[in-house]
Formats: sequence, C-alpha cells, structure tokens
Amino acid sequence: MKILKIVTLSLVLATTAFNCSSDDDNNEETPNGPDFSGTFVQADQMGRPAVNTVFVSPASKDAFNVTIPSEQNAAFQSMFETNLTNLSPAFSAPEDENALGLTANAFTGLLATDVLNVSLDGTTTFFDGTNVLTGRALADDVITVELLLIFGGEDFSENPTLSNDNVDENDRPFLNQFPYLASPW
Amino acid sequence: MKNLKTILGVGVLAVASYFTIAADHIDAPAVSGGVSDITDFYAFQGENTDNLVFVANLQGLISPSETAAARFSENTLVEFNIDTDGDNVEDLVIQAIPRDGNMHFFGPVAPSQTGLNSTIATTAATTGIVEISQYQETPVFASNTAGMQFFAGPRDDPFFMDFAQYTAIIAGDAAGFNTPGADTFAGTNVLSIVVEVPKALIGGSGTINTWVETKTK
Repeated sequence: MKILKIVTLSLVLATTAFNCSSDDDNNEETPNGPDFSGTFVQADQMGRPAVNTVFVSPASKDAFNVTIPSEQNAAFQSMFETNLTNLSPAFSAPEDENALGLTANAFTGLLATDVLNVSLDGTTTFFDGTNVLTGRALADDVITVELLLIFGGEDFSENPTLSNDNVDENDRPFLNQFPYLASPW
Repeated sequence: MKNLKTILGVGVLAVASYFTIAADHIDAPAVSGGVSDITDFYAFQGENTDNLVFVANLQGLISPSETAAARFSENTLVEFNIDTDGDNVEDLVIQAIPRDGNMHFFGPVAPSQTGLNSTIATTAATTGIVEISQYQETPVFASNTAGMQFFAGPRDDPFFMDFAQYTAIIAGDAAGFNTPGADTFAGTNVLSIVVEVPKALIGGSGTINTWVETKTK
C-alpha cells in the first residue's frame, strides 16, 4: 500500500502541475486542480453491438438505456422475443434454432442482458468461426454475424440475401499497436 | 422464396421503425446525436497479450469538416463497467472525464455505488491523464505506473455496415443486400476513448462481463 500511495501522490502532483501549466482554453481551474464533484446520472449504455437498435421497440429505447443489466432480462426479454420472431422467418416456428442451437426464446434470453462477455485467457472475438462471444475485436464483422444468427437458421443457409450485408471490413486498416483505431478522415 | 418474401414483407414492415442506426449510433431519442451518445464499444486482447483494451466511441457520423470542432463534454462521464463474478453488476469501473483539454482516468476501482448514478472515484489508487488529441495533429498517448495506456480524441469510425441498404430492406424497398455492399460509415469519424489495462487489474483470468455507460451531470 505504501507504494500505491506514493504512486497516487505522484500522479496527483503530476496532474496538478500539468493542469497549472495548461492554459489552452477558457475553463478556469482552481489551484487544487479540476473539479470532479457531483453526481453523474446515466444517459446511454451499450454492451453488444446493435442490441438496443434492433431488438428494443421505439417507445422503450430510452428506458432500455437506463435499465441496469442485471434487471434487463426481466424487463425486456419478452419484447426481444416478439420483435425477433416478427422480424425473421428463420424463427417462424417455436422449435426453430439459429446456428448456435438457440431458439428465439433462448437467443433473446442471451441478448436481453446487454453485456459483452470477454475472455481474459486468449482470443477475443465476437465470432471467428471457432470462438463465440469472447470479446469484440475491431475487425470482427459483427453485423454479418448478427444477421446470420437472426436470419441464417440452423446452418446459416436460410435467407441468404438477408444474412450478409457484404461489407466485410473497415474502410481503413486497423493498427497492430495502441491505439489500434485508424487515424481520422 | 415467394413465401419468404410474403412473410418478410409483413414482418419487416411491422418492425421498420425499430431500426435506427447501428451499432449503437443514435439508438434512442434521449441521447440521439448528442455529446453523450455512445456509438460503439469494443473489448479485445492487446498487442501485449497480458493486457485488455477497451474502446468507447461517441458522437458518430462526424464528417471530416466537422471533426476539428467536435468536443468531449465536461458534463459527460464515460464509465467502463466490469463484472468479474458473473452477476452482471459492476465490480470495477474505469472512469473517463474531460477537464481543460485533458482526459482524466480513475480506476480500475470498485465504485462507491453500483447502478445508474456515479460519483468520480478521485481517491482511486490507479489514475491516469492524457491530453485530448487534436484533429490532424500528432496523436497523444499516455501511460501510468500501473501499466495502463490512454488515448482520447478523433479517430476513423471502426464500425462498418451497409446501413443504407439495410434501411431499404426494412422499408420494403429492397429484397436483400447488394454484392458488394457499401459501407455507410466510410469516411466518417468518431470521438474515441481507448484504455489498455493489464488483465491482472480486472480479474486476471476467466470471463468478465463488460459494458460502457455515459452519465451526465
């Protein structure tokens, strides 16, 4: 703990010194550094890509953003299942499954809790043909994966014109090192 | 295929208005297009495989001509939530808040309270700071003694999708996607926050559940 305290102190000092020398806008700061006080109230949240966009009905989109993940399943799974079965003929019968072996009920049970599952033990990908939901890498074609799981049926063969948007990669290559995202246009 | 089109026609029209802009861009009325609108969230293993990288993107579809003027809001806290024990409640948070041209970071640290309201963990043992990078200037990176790395500023939107064709399908104006498709997000920028953190600080091994929030004052 001593080391931690020293580190903290030195960081605080560095922060303070940095801010005292920073004079590049009109935000006046106190000699003690920036004001971090106050309570911040939730506005938006996101776990997996496109979940609120696709599965939440219009009147509930704001409510979904301010429902904590541990309470989302109880509040939204039924809505997700209704919207999925209305959207995709691949789930027209209750026993229909997607390629993960999930029925509409099971699939929406997974998605309604909108958190991203991430492995700390190796490959991190939304889906790479082998690993499923172990993270989300920049190059993952998450929309095609989701379209396949929504429209592709048990073996990804159903509704082929709906299950791939045929945009497979970003418009700029990603970097292999920090900060990984491509420079702006 | 005829049956399929009939079924789809009905189903698709019924849900047409559910689709706004993916992945989370402009997803809900209260945040749509504002400074607290999250466009995307990524979590992946770093170049150093002992590290994990979190990316939060805000304020999507920024054109190049608008990018120099795009700013993080000092009233918007970005919070990476990390559940290490599988109950979908955050055990650790990494907070990012801009002040005076810098992005300040607090954590990973156990939050003083879980849920919809947050205070900034100014007493966290692990903190960081990075100057917010300016458009068309050399990007600024920073690190701390805990082995974390930090970036905040404009980047190319890493999201890719033929959203225009998807909208046409949903509207009943097209029967399917084109080959090849056209990336609706090509040539547009976002404001990014990138944090690389040693896995040892966020659970070490196993699976975490993670999500990102914006919270406003």
